[in-house]
Amino acid sequence: MASSSRTADDTEIVFRAQALTKVYRMGEVEVHALRGIDLELPRGEFVVLLGPSGSGKSTLLNILGGLDTPTSGQVICGGRNLVAAGERELTEFRRHLVGFVFQFYNLIPSLTARENVAIVTEIARDPMPPEDALTLVGLAERLDHFPSQLSGGEQQRVAIARAIAKRPAVLLCDEPTGALDSQTGVVVLEVLERINREFGTTTVVITHNADIARMADRVIHLGDGRISTIERNPDKRPARELSW
Amino acid sequence: MTALHRKVWRELWQLRSQALAIAVVIAGGVATLLMSLSTLEALQQTRRAFYRDYRFTEVFAELKRAPEELGAALAALPGVQQLETRVVAAARLEIPDFTDPATGLLISLPDGRNPELNRLFLRRGRLPAADRDREVVISESFAEAHHLQPGDGLAAVINGRRQRLTVTGIALSPEHVYQIKPGDLFPDAKRYGILWLNRSPLAAAYDMDGAFNSVVLTLARDAREGDVIAALDRLLAPYGGTGAIGRADQVSHSYLEAEFQQLETMARVFPTIFLGVAAFLLHVVLARLIATQREQIAILKAFGYSRFQVSLHYTQLVLLMTVLGLALGAVGGFWLGRVLSELYADFFRFPWLDYRLLPSHLALGSLITIGAALLGTFGALRQAYRLPPAEAMRPEPPARYRPTLVERLGLQRHLAQPSRMILRHLERRPVKSLLAILGIAFACGILMVGNFQQGAVRHMLAVQFDLAQRYDLAVTFTEPTSRRVLHELAALPGVQAVEPQRQAPVLLRHGHRTFRTGLQGLVRGGDLRRVLDEQFEVLDPPRQGLVLTDFLAELLAVQPGDTLSVEVLEGRRRRTSVVVEGLVREYVGVGAYMDIEALNRLLGEGPAVTGALLALDPEQRPAVVAALNRSPRVAGITDRLAAILSFDETMARTVLTFAFISTLLAGSIAFGVVYNSARIALSERSRELASLRVLGFSRAEISYILLGELALLTALGIPCGFLVGRGLCWYLTVGLRSDFYRVPLVLESSTYAFAAVVVMASALLSGWIVRRRLHRLDLVAVLKTRE
Repeated sequence: MASSSRTADDTEIVFRAQALTKVYRMGEVEVHALRGIDLELPRGEFVVLLGPSGSGKSTLLNILGGLDTPTSGQVICGGRNLVAAGERELTEFRRHLVGFVFQFYNLIPSLTARENVAIVTEIARDPMPPEDALTLVGLAERLDHFPSQLSGGEQQRVAIARAIAKRPAVLLCDEPTGALDSQTGVVVLEVLERINREFGTTTVVITHNADIARMADRVIHLGDGRISTIERNPDKRPARELSW
Repeated sequence: MTALHRKVWRELWQLRSQALAIAVVIAGGVATLLMSLSTLEALQQTRRAFYRDYRFTEVFAELKRAPEELGAALAALPGVQQLETRVVAAARLEIPDFTDPATGLLISLPDGRNPELNRLFLRRGRLPAADRDREVVISESFAEAHHLQPGDGLAAVINGRRQRLTVTGIALSPEHVYQIKPGDLFPDAKRYGILWLNRSPLAAAYDMDGAFNSVVLTLARDAREGDVIAALDRLLAPYGGTGAIGRADQVSHSYLEAEFQQLETMARVFPTIFLGVAAFLLHVVLARLIATQREQIAILKAFGYSRFQVSLHYTQLVLLMTVLGLALGAVGGFWLGRVLSELYADFFRFPWLDYRLLPSHLALGSLITIGAALLGTFGALRQAYRLPPAEAMRPEPPARYRPTLVERLGLQRHLAQPSRMILRHLERRPVKSLLAILGIAFACGILMVGNFQQGAVRHMLAVQFDLAQRYDLAVTFTEPTSRRVLHELAALPGVQAVEPQRQAPVLLRHGHRTFRTGLQGLVRGGDLRRVLDEQFEVLDPPRQGLVLTDFLAELLAVQPGDTLSVEVLEGRRRRTSVVVEGLVREYVGVGAYMDIEALNRLLGEGPAVTGALLALDPEQRPAVVAALNRSPRVAGITDRLAAILSFDETMARTVLTFAFISTLLAGSIAFGVVYNSARIALSERSRELASLRVLGFSRAEISYILLGELALLTALGIPCGFLVGRGLCWYLTVGLRSDFYRVPLVLESSTYAFAAVVVMASALLSGWIVRRRLHRLDLVAVLKTRE
């Protein structure tokens, strides 16, 4: 299934995935997580990957982010084939090009908000200062708090600050509001929206929450390891109008 | 400081109690290693310098009497670099305010000067002046034991003649670093001293004018010791040579060698155990940390930290704990080394002891320790290295459990659910459980080693002095004497029994193996000096043939029924063949025994005696000693009771120091293992235990699940520890086997009990600490966190 009718010359393609499959073993069971995915992500796009749990969303995201390798298929990013890349190359790729945001924030409990961002900026090329990144997500006042002293929404905003501080080419968010209530979730989405708008960072959000799809440029529906439909959102809504 | 470094420091702080427990175990290993190495280095370094600067000789020979002219012929032997003749005599000593019998070894000095070989190190005072007959230099340990100063007086009975002597100096000799009376178990500085005096008066007193009875020499560069000894023996045989010996057979030197050997063993065995246990503990703690930080590892990797950087991060944590242990251990090792060296300074008399912690030892210790730590944690670090980020992002899959052996055997109906949980948990990680048991076992084993020596020595003393040497006094005569002397002794008031002694120096030969010892004649049916068989039953000397100490039989590779060639090294120097009739169990010395009549026949002499054994009425003891002291024929008196008491006194201090140190160290291992096991179990299972609390289990019930596991590990560890302890003690006894004594592998039940009690106390203490944490378990918080 073709992913998009756009041509490469009118917008730069950040990611191009072809015929991705992923099979892994869970104990004694073989799980077919991806059964042939073709996908292109242009620069600056805000994409929502929508699908029920077990549809392969996280697997896809992990492969795009260089955390995991597919069983077969190709992922091209910035002219590099990630599938053929070695561990060192993948590490470099993640270090400089990708920002991750996870459902459970995954902050390092022993580090403060500022240090949780610094841990990334210390190894990145041309990052923004951790304080700036935290100011961007509205946490300028809570720089020296430990994760255990922050609310869920605040922790997720630290996680976003951490992901954007390196000025990544692509921001990959796995259920970023999954652990948050609706109101807090909206605040987090507003931050993602602002980053996408101001920095032109290609943003992929995976969720099973259909309401979030309303803020996307494009919505990709995943089911049982395949892309079922792709829809362009004609009526893109700002995050603050969302609720669920 | 980077954020990652901060993470290391904060996590170290969080793990502080576990880190400290591990650091203490590491410190134990480092301390014992540094202690042994630095003491060994200090002793060896000092000995090397002392031997070199004071020209310790390489070959020693004793003979009956040879004219001084023979000295030149001896010195001209090929292979001899430098040679000195001298006069050596045994004497009874009379010390002011000391009534016990004491013996001295009198060694001649060239009149008015220090000898060229085996030079004296003068601690205080001066050498005897050339023309002063009554001036004497005494050994330091003897001087200290009697608070003798230059200017003080004492008397020596040489060859039956009493001579008044004045102390002019206090000295040390490379020949007598370790001063023990031949045949004694332990040095006794009060009753045995070395005295040096001018040759002229000593020769005059000992009928050695223009003659000598002792030769010492150094070897030329390429000389072979064996050749020189053989040549020397040939020339000295007509003069009553008893056979020359090399350094290896020289008493002081060989004691030192044996001690160095023991220190080397200590440097090998104990650090290995400590560092092995520390490596295991580090592994357990780190493996658990990495398991709980799966997601953090994933995050770091997701953000572009390389696998190497991530594993380096955890390596740093390991290294910090290790370095903490190293620092503690270096301080402890320095201190213990000082304590040990001071103990040694009591036994080994060196002019100085250059004790310091060498940087190279510290470096070696660090290298070994860090190596052990990294080896132990290699698996866990590799886990951190390998963990694929996408997989690490998912929570750890539920642990796989299965019915335990007990249940597979169909015994589960005897076990309630909590007990099944304990067993399944232990069986799920069999290697980890086994290593924990092994750790506890080693703690228990080391505790046994600390106390074993005391019991073993008590056993040795009991066998030696209650069963074998039952006399009160042993008297040696200046020369073989007629048996009439026995009646004279028996007639002394207070003497209850007298038995004759006949001893002759012999060379025993079996095939190419030879051994020089004293062949002792015993009275059949005697009661004061008996020999024992393997079952400690009294063995009567056979009418024909001889019996040997079991250790000597091993050295000569003979068994009962074999024939030995016996070469008598005095008198007519007869050579005959004698059948070995049996073996004797003896822990002290190496001896050969015969019926006294048979020995006299073998020597080709009449019924002569060289000494007598006396049983005394304790009340009359001082009177008997005084009477013997007056007798010119008595060369020496050995007091058995005094020997035991002095031995006990010296031993007590050594053993107590050693037992205290090993208890401290072994206790730290036991605590480290149990405490860390408990903390890990708590971390692994707090969620499970909190869930049970929510379901209505009481604190006591969940404590049972957690602490029951520890109790079971401890209960299994202790009996294994008994085996380990026995093994370690056995290893020690093998290392301690020497001509001088063999420590028997006798473990008293109190040794077992003590080890078990200390291990249990450590376990209880750590259980109590963990239980307090268990009681503070925040039920809601635990259930909220995502596994």
